[in-house]
Amino acid sequence: MAPGRSNIKRKAIEEYHLEANGTEAVRTVSLVRYYKLGRSVIPAVDGVSIAANRGGFVALLGASGSGKSTLLNLIAGLDRPDSGAIVVEGQNLATLTSAELAQYRRHTVGMVFQSFNLVPKMTLYENVELPMRFAEVRRRERKERVREALERVGLSDRMKHRPSEMSGGEQQRAALARALVNRPKILLADEPTGNLDSKTGTEIMDLITELNKTLEMTVIMVTHERSLAERYADKLVFLGDGKLLGETENSKKRTGELVR
Amino acid sequence: MRAYDLVELAARNLRESGLRNSLTTLGIGVGVASLVAFLSLGIGLQEWANRQLGRSGLFDSVVVTSRQFRSPRFGGGNDSSPATPPKPLDDAARKSFAQMQEVVDVYSNFSAVGELRMAGTAPEDSHFTVVGGLPESARGSEAFDDVQGKFFSSAEAHEVVLMADFARTLLNLPEKELAAENKLTSDEANQLLGKEIIFRYPERQAQDVPPPPPPANGDPQSDSVPGVNIVRKVQTLKIVGIVNAEPYRGMRNGRTSAFLPIAFAESLNMMQPIDISSIMRPGQGKTYPALIVRVAKSKDVSHVEDEIKKQGFNTFSIMDASKNLTRFFRVLDTFLLVFGSLALAVAFLGIVNTLVMAILERRREIGIMKALGASDGDVKRIFFFEAGTMGMVGGSLGVALGWTIGRIINTLTNFYLQRQEMRTENFWVVPLWLVLFSLGFSVFVSLFAGLYPASRAARLDPVQALRHD
Repeated sequence: MAPGRSNIKRKAIEEYHLEANGTEAVRTVSLVRYYKLGRSVIPAVDGVSIAANRGGFVALLGASGSGKSTLLNLIAGLDRPDSGAIVVEGQNLATLTSAELAQYRRHTVGMVFQSFNLVPKMTLYENVELPMRFAEVRRRERKERVREALERVGLSDRMKHRPSEMSGGEQQRAALARALVNRPKILLADEPTGNLDSKTGTEIMDLITELNKTLEMTVIMVTHERSLAERYADKLVFLGDGKLLGETENSKKRTGELVR
Repeated sequence: MRAYDLVELAARNLRESGLRNSLTTLGIGVGVASLVAFLSLGIGLQEWANRQLGRSGLFDSVVVTSRQFRSPRFGGGNDSSPATPPKPLDDAARKSFAQMQEVVDVYSNFSAVGELRMAGTAPEDSHFTVVGGLPESARGSEAFDDVQGKFFSSAEAHEVVLMADFARTLLNLPEKELAAENKLTSDEANQLLGKEIIFRYPERQAQDVPPPPPPANGDPQSDSVPGVNIVRKVQTLKIVGIVNAEPYRGMRNGRTSAFLPIAFAESLNMMQPIDISSIMRPGQGKTYPALIVRVAKSKDVSHVEDEIKKQGFNTFSIMDASKNLTRFFRVLDTFLLVFGSLALAVAFLGIVNTLVMAILERRREIGIMKALGASDGDVKRIFFFEAGTMGMVGGSLGVALGWTIGRIINTLTNFYLQRQEMRTENFWVVPLWLVLFSLGFSVFVSLFAGLYPASRAARLDPVQALRHD
């Protein structure tokens, strides 16, 4: 590791501690992630500092190639920054070993993707059980937890079905159940409605909002649909060419009864 | 990740691409089978050779001859210490050999000339022939594997075992070209077994003549004093057995026609060619042309040999030849191991190929697992376990297959041997250590083959793996 890089990290953490107010679940500090394409270096995330409050709902907005997905992957611990810090619940992900990062992915965050990413050869039950295998949850407890998660997303009667036998909306609900099963504090969603029609998309968004409310999960969602973000998120973060363009508290957020 | 989850995930993956994994496993099986088949043949042949040689008595006996019969120029010169004078191979020497701790038996290489005819036939029907003596240990020799009748009831019994070719002569049957074809039918054998045979032989009667005083000037002009008297004697013997091959008794004597129990034969005090030495050197007493010293454990043979040499005798054993034989089999086993391993090397590549293909196929799945919290180690272990399972199953399959191939070839060989009217043999031996070694080797090779794919799968970048297609 270059000495410059570790200095930046240390500086970033100091900065964080200065700014930390105890209510933040996630904070990134001067986060940088480059991609090498041939000889040119493309900054996918270029000095981004953002924060998400506990129990908050943050939408990362931007055109494709704006670096929003890269930012989400960094927060998810799937990718490592070239410099800067990602502090989640007091842990700086940039300093974790690969095993510690796996541990973090297991227990602290749950992820859903645009393309659902269920394992096609496994049944719904097995897909939801999978994260608990890595988290070494006892077998006796697993059944109960799978049932609970599937109940929450309304798929209790589809346990034996394979992803190919389910609709897109059902698959995304299954993915949400899978993201919940290890009881993480943070839900990361990468274009969760991108592959769904608007009606199903609304259902999924309602479900995510419900998790945000009832389980007090912090939600960070990547989307390119501003209207969707404005409808559900309480904070909007705008990204362009890897840079933070601005962030606003969302005053237009829909309130009132959830629609099923 | 817990062990049962590892097993379940790996088993699921193995089932998922069942055909490909089965073929890979079969490849390992064939590799291990060739290894097992080759090595079990090597081991079997070695054991067979050792068994044959061990039964022949070649490996646990020392042949002792007197240096009196050797010209210093032609032999015995290199290994005999000049300090020890040549000694006669007499009863005193025999007793000293028998007293050695490692020695179980000492017997003479008894061979004499006599006349045999069936009881009740005319003296003109006598057959002038060579008669040998057999020690008790010859009972286990391979010549007695297909004996018609049985071995002597005791070492002193007045019994005789006939060679098959001589038995044919007694029955006036034509003698066959090949020794193996001389075997009698059971009807023919029954015409002889249990019957009496009359044995006429020259008995050597020692004279108590003091050695003549040494002449003052070299050899005496005339030395007409005989050292021994020779008298014709008759014994009636019972035919108890017929053998087709001459049992080993230290040295082959050519066409011996009949055998007597050794103690009985020696008690007859028959005139033997060696007795000429007694005539030449009166006063020396009875000597043996050769004594066979049988040692309890073949590893003691060279020690016994050295001890006897120190006493002033010439010795011969086949231990040196046996060392070369052991080396030969070691080289043979190595070659067979290498050939067997070649097939396993091909199987090795098969595993690497299958697992690398599996990585490509399961790219997305690996990405998902990592996103859900699988560590690099978890992913590595899943692939490793898959490789190990293929190795274990392939290894078991291979051992079974190799064993079966061995059985089949052995059966075919024995079928051929039976057609040739030869004794069936077991050339294929699959000892437990070979089974365990093959299984272990197979698993080891498979894990080694899984090393690269597993670490490649573990290194897979989940972001890349999950990127939208």
